[in-house]
Amino acid sequence: MMGLLKRRETSLLVIILVVVAAVTFRAHDFLSPGNFEYILKDSSILVIVSIGQLLVILTGGIDLSVASTIGFTGMSVALLNKADPGIPLVIIVLISMVIGLALGSFNGMLVSVFNIPPIITTLGTLSIYRGFVIVLSGGTWVSADQMSAPFRDFPQGYLLGISNMISIAILISLVFAAFLYLTRTGREVYGAGGSPIAAQYVGINVKKINFLVFALSGILSGLAGYLWVAFYASAANDSATGLELQTIAACVVGGVSIMGGSGSIVGVLLGSIFLGIVKNALTVIRISPFWQVAIQGFVILLAIVVNTVLDRRAQASMLKRRVL
Amino acid sequence: MADQDSKTTERETPSSAGSPRQIEAPLRGARLRNLATQWEILLVYLLLVVVIGNSLLSPYFLNAPNLLDSTFNFMEKAIMALPMMLVIICGDIDISVASNLALTSVFMGMAATAGAPTPVLVVIGLAAGSILGWFNGFLITRFAIPSIAVTIGTLSLYRGIASVILGDHAYTGYPKPFAFFGQGYIPATHIPFELVLFAALAAVTGFLLHKTTFGRKVYAIGNNPTTARFSGVKVDRLRLIAFTLNGLAAGIASVLLTSRVASTRPNIATGWELDVITTVVLGGVAITGGKGTIWGVVLSVFLLGFMQFGMGLVNIPGQVMNIATGFILIIAIMVPELIRRARNRASLARLAARG
Amino acid sequence: MDSILTLKGVSKDFPGIKALDRVDLSVRPGEVHALIGENGAGKSTLVKILSGVFPPTEGVITLEGKPISFRSPHESQAAGISAIHQEATMFPELSVTENIFMGHHLKARGIVGWRSMQERTRELLDSLQIKINPRAKVKTLSFAERQMVEIVKALSINTKIVIMDEPTSALTLREVEHLYTIIRQLAASGKAIIFISHKFEEIFEIADSYTVLRDGRWVGEGKVAEATVDTIVRMMVGRSLDQMYPKSEIPLGEVALKVEGLTRNGIFKDVSFELRKGEILGFFGLVGAGRSEVMRVVFGIDPADGGQISIDGKRVEIRSPSDAMRHGIALVPEDRQLQGAILPMNIRENTTLPIIGSLASRGVLRRDAETAVAQRYGTLLQVKSAGWEAAVNSLSGGNQQKVVLAKWLATEPRVLVLDEPTKGIDVATKATVHKFISDLAAEAIAVILVSSELPEILGMSDNIVVMHEGRITALMSRGEATPEKVILAATTSAGGERSSL
Repeated sequence: MMGLLKRRETSLLVIILVVVAAVTFRAHDFLSPGNFEYILKDSSILVIVSIGQLLVILTGGIDLSVASTIGFTGMSVALLNKADPGIPLVIIVLISMVIGLALGSFNGMLVSVFNIPPIITTLGTLSIYRGFVIVLSGGTWVSADQMSAPFRDFPQGYLLGISNMISIAILISLVFAAFLYLTRTGREVYGAGGSPIAAQYVGINVKKINFLVFALSGILSGLAGYLWVAFYASAANDSATGLELQTIAACVVGGVSIMGGSGSIVGVLLGSIFLGIVKNALTVIRISPFWQVAIQGFVILLAIVVNTVLDRRAQASMLKRRVL
Repeated sequence: MADQDSKTTERETPSSAGSPRQIEAPLRGARLRNLATQWEILLVYLLLVVVIGNSLLSPYFLNAPNLLDSTFNFMEKAIMALPMMLVIICGDIDISVASNLALTSVFMGMAATAGAPTPVLVVIGLAAGSILGWFNGFLITRFAIPSIAVTIGTLSLYRGIASVILGDHAYTGYPKPFAFFGQGYIPATHIPFELVLFAALAAVTGFLLHKTTFGRKVYAIGNNPTTARFSGVKVDRLRLIAFTLNGLAAGIASVLLTSRVASTRPNIATGWELDVITTVVLGGVAITGGKGTIWGVVLSVFLLGFMQFGMGLVNIPGQVMNIATGFILIIAIMVPELIRRARNRASLARLAARG
Repeated sequence: MDSILTLKGVSKDFPGIKALDRVDLSVRPGEVHALIGENGAGKSTLVKILSGVFPPTEGVITLEGKPISFRSPHESQAAGISAIHQEATMFPELSVTENIFMGHHLKARGIVGWRSMQERTRELLDSLQIKINPRAKVKTLSFAERQMVEIVKALSINTKIVIMDEPTSALTLREVEHLYTIIRQLAASGKAIIFISHKFEEIFEIADSYTVLRDGRWVGEGKVAEATVDTIVRMMVGRSLDQMYPKSEIPLGEVALKVEGLTRNGIFKDVSFELRKGEILGFFGLVGAGRSEVMRVVFGIDPADGGQISIDGKRVEIRSPSDAMRHGIALVPEDRQLQGAILPMNIRENTTLPIIGSLASRGVLRRDAETAVAQRYGTLLQVKSAGWEAAVNSLSGGNQQKVVLAKWLATEPRVLVLDEPTKGIDVATKATVHKFISDLAAEAIAVILVSSELPEILGMSDNIVVMHEGRITALMSRGEATPEKVILAATTSAGGERSSL
């Protein structure tokens, strides 16, 4: 199973190293520990949400509502914290995750019970949840000085020399890697996405799996919601807008198949870090940050086309079953 | 798991081979058509509800000039909904239309700043939109990639390029005559040009879809692309045409919108893909393809448009209106599914009773 | 020895069709039991009932003495019945080990036990001398290897009965030998094998006993040792061949279609034949022989890697179905519902689709022209329906097939290719279709009839082409053909090697 760390992930690692080398050549302080730590910190939220996206894509679906969920959960706990700074941070984070769970479960219910295609469901909830943010905030926003110190300082803190952000990202990665590789349900996620018909034949409850992955994606977006508003020290109506596309880019670049059934945590990690590096590289080389979205789009398209073409070639050669 | 049960319902038994006879009175409209007509009737009722509701909520609503002017806000989306119908009936989807519009607008802005006159701007708009739409179709048909995957990529790419070129500035130097398309009226009337253009394009789309071989082939592809292919229909070519037309409509909408707001700003048409797709789906076009009529979409255009206008009159913010749109999209898909399930249960019950 | 599985009086009704009519079957442990019958005889319906896809309408099924009824494939598997379905039940991106254990991963304290699963997989593979890496992704395996994985999957859940549906249709000689060894091993270990096959040589090689079905009814059973090809064919068909098929002697015209050296890499090679006006050219072969693939190339669905096609003596390039149609070729495809008809659309729309361009004036549809075509050909083929506006999915299977035939006749072809035209159709409609094909030939249309039903081929064809594993292995006239010769050609490779010995 460690053999699943196949060519795609290793070639991505190579690409990352090449890009890093190229950028360092242009700007020598790119590879400084301080900068690199910053990149990892900045990518932590993307890692967490992309893992949720990975779960959904593995089942053949897609979750376009993750960014709106982050916006709503982030605004919710920021307002909560503003109203009552005494609430312990642990409770705050838990509340954020529970709200995320509720939002994700709504998606899951629409997809699994009502058979609404995930693209439509999450296109709808993308707007619904984002609308909820304004209704909740009443048009205002929460700024840094309105947040309590523990709330605001946690992402900047360190534990055993490692940034809290990075630690959480690592923790989530480990937890979900364990889920996907070491539990039966995790393996059934791959089964349900790889071939729903075959999955039903062997008794897998595909509807339950579809519901579960959206619920989990919601929980992770909820966690990211708190981290976002705390890390950027601001909860605005348009927080995290557009992040859903970054999570898809991270997954697709990381070798996750958009059709479902294949993809790994390691791939998502590498994909997220790659995007983080690109984002940082643009600033360091002094290219306009607006290039980020363009590159992201280009990278998504390229990765999808390449993956599809490679897969099809492999399939075609398998079909030639006779030597005549 | 092909189950013969679900595929055929029988009238005669094979043993009644005897002499062949046709029942002359044709069954007017298969079950398929009945559902579409029912949906449109439902839309008419809903439209009435919206109109009545809004008139009660605000005295400014039921006022001919106001109503006509309100159409400015949704005619661009309406025009984009027309070829989106074709795309969705074919069984595909295109969520990159708003990004297409944005990038096309940027190109027009660049040209305007360089001093190009109005006709050139229009040509650029239409051409750019078509090419961007064609590019979608090319990737989808040439590499056989699902349309959802490609258009997620181009959604991002087109918006990204637009944002690189535009940065955080805005183009505002559009020539005066350019404003006609988005702000002008038909001379001597209060009827907006945009509305008339939409009406004309809707008529063309309706004609294409319901009265030409092109439309027949589109429905065939949406219902069964394999059989369509076996029947000599050039499936990939038609899909490519549909995506190119979708791009052209985005180009037209871009001309109209840019002209209307007399500028190209970074957040132009953000989120419009949701509105366009909702309009089409609410109009009775099945997201799985193969079904839908022009009347349904036209009704849906005004239903959503007036609803948003009414909400605006009572000062509901845009992002809150999006909540309603999101729910409408979801409900519009849920309802046919629920009806289908109820029908299945009923027919299973009938079979059991017979059996 | 007592049977492990018995079916008594099992019937299955679909609206308008009785797919199975009071069928009996009895299989003993350690026995390889062959299930024989033509297309439409009910074999696959029987398999679907046993594997839990749908329940029987009546009848009793007992497993190890206890009556059973399954509500899902999963229940059937849990009871110990495994059906080897091949494609539909594999996870291509996952490893062999996972494919075998999906749904019942081995766990230790909640954690998936990878090592124990790999070891167990290795054990099972070794016990059958299968040399596959347990970690290999299934998508990298060959057809034969995937089949082996399916068999191992069956073993991993301690199955009692293994059902195999035409398992050797796409295997090479050596792979078939290996499969036989495995089957014998499974039987020796006490499992019961139900083996569905068309290949007589195979039945005589591997099966201990057999049951014959015809038109959904049980016709006969017995021990293989006591039977001959003749007795079995007679049970399958029921009448003598000339009684069944209306074949009139028609003088054959000029060559309408000539195919030379047609090749598609990895699928078929060097296919050459001639077709004359008024001729019915039968194409016989087992599933996977390459016949449908050849027709797809002739019709322009798939590209050719070599060879040429000539129509009426002139060389033509056919790159798409519309090219083929322009040259007067029509193809009635194998899969009626997926390739032949658009079920939600009505008879008129279906019938006119290939020629819709010519029925319109400058692109605008003309309803009256369409209805005229639908009426003309629908009446000709005796399509029974509530009218031309009736949806095709409201028709019986036989009538649906007639609509597909009507559609292609409306293109007024010179060459009509029929791929399994009577598959899954009731007897009466079959007879109508056969008569119709003969009438077409009488009108100087050149007909190719692809079929896996030996009696149909022998009864209808003027000449017979036999294919095996992508090559033409025999070409014989009606007068020369006998069941034995045709079967021999269909199971013998071009190099003369017998496929199952």
